[in-house]
Amino acid sequence: MKILRWIIGVVLLGSFLYWNFYKFEYGLIVKFINILLFCALYVLYRVILGPTAADRIVAVDILGVLIIGLLALLGIYYDKQFFIDIGLIWALMSFIASLAFAKILEGRNLDE
Amino acid sequence: MNNLHEIIGLVFIGFGLCFDFFGVLGLVRLPDVYNRLQAATKCVTFGSAGILFGVFIYKGFADFDFKLLLGIVFIFLTAPVAAHAIARAAHRSGIPLAKETVIDCYKDDNELKEK
Amino acid sequence: MTIKTRSRVVVFILSWLVYMGLTSFTDLQEVLAGLVVALLVSMLAGHFYLSSPKRQRIFRRIGFGIIYFFRFLLEVTKANWQVALLVVNPVLPIKPGIIKIKTKLKKDSSITMLANSITLTPGTLTIDVNPKEKELYIHWINTTSKDIEEDTRIIGEKFEKILMEVVE
Repeated sequence: MKILRWIIGVVLLGSFLYWNFYKFEYGLIVKFINILLFCALYVLYRVILGPTAADRIVAVDILGVLIIGLLALLGIYYDKQFFIDIGLIWALMSFIASLAFAKILEGRNLDE
Repeated sequence: MNNLHEIIGLVFIGFGLCFDFFGVLGLVRLPDVYNRLQAATKCVTFGSAGILFGVFIYKGFADFDFKLLLGIVFIFLTAPVAAHAIARAAHRSGIPLAKETVIDCYKDDNELKEK
Repeated sequence: MTIKTRSRVVVFILSWLVYMGLTSFTDLQEVLAGLVVALLVSMLAGHFYLSSPKRQRIFRRIGFGIIYFFRFLLEVTKANWQVALLVVNPVLPIKPGIIKIKTKLKKDSSITMLANSITLTPGTLTIDVNPKEKELYIHWINTTSKDIEEDTRIIGEKFEKILMEVVE
């Protein structure tokens, strides 16, 4: 079973890298954005199959930090300034969301 | 691609992406929630800060963009606090540690207080 | 000048700089709006930012702050390199455990900075702080010793010495 998971992971990663750097005919920034989206796929694996609730909360928290980098790269690609504003607000909201999730997990009310 | 600052910025963005990927790999591979939280918080925070710094250099110093530096400071301040809150909440709600764990002082001390 | 007035001045300058960083330094209207907003913020909520009386040797503290910044950057890079080596290792050589260390710092802000620094440095994650007995509970990914003094020497002291000079 463990060997099967290893084979699936390595084949998935290898085929993704081959497709991204040899077949995909766009600029370097778009390839970087693809790598970040692939990372977000791994995080979603942990969100869906996490054994406990805390694993899912960790994954959502990490996804919030990943998306800041993604928005900065999108700001380069479209050559617009406002993506970075969205990134800052996203960081703030995801921080507050993580704290709220942690409080709920601990079993306390939000207004304590 | 001809300017020097664009090349340096792309190198920084590449480093940040590598560390992001390692952090996410740690999130998938490590055994329990505390180890996952450690690997993911360290690597993804550093990687995202690397990407933001790379974008800051890539844009050149013509339009000097302080928002990216503010973003770096912000994620370095908030990510450890969120990790601390989640770890504490997970331990208090009784999520077990991995079977490789050698010592757990926190649980022992809490049991002493309750007695 | 009392503590509250000094605290308001510091908050005014900081919030004006953040406002300018979010907009732009070149536009006169933005500069004036930033001044108004920073004045409002510092009048409403600026009186509890500083809490201790005036201290001397400000330049020495700024110098130690710069040393702390570079030490922090070095430790963060080392931590990321260790995690990268750990994660690509096929057998995952981990030995996790929760230990506790003691600290000599007194103020809340410096203990917070110490806890955040410990979280971002190699292999350690702060789980809880006991402010009465000055103890920090730390999850360590590769536990090499279970003794409190030894752990304090390994994990805490490298930042504690510098933070003593900067914040206390």
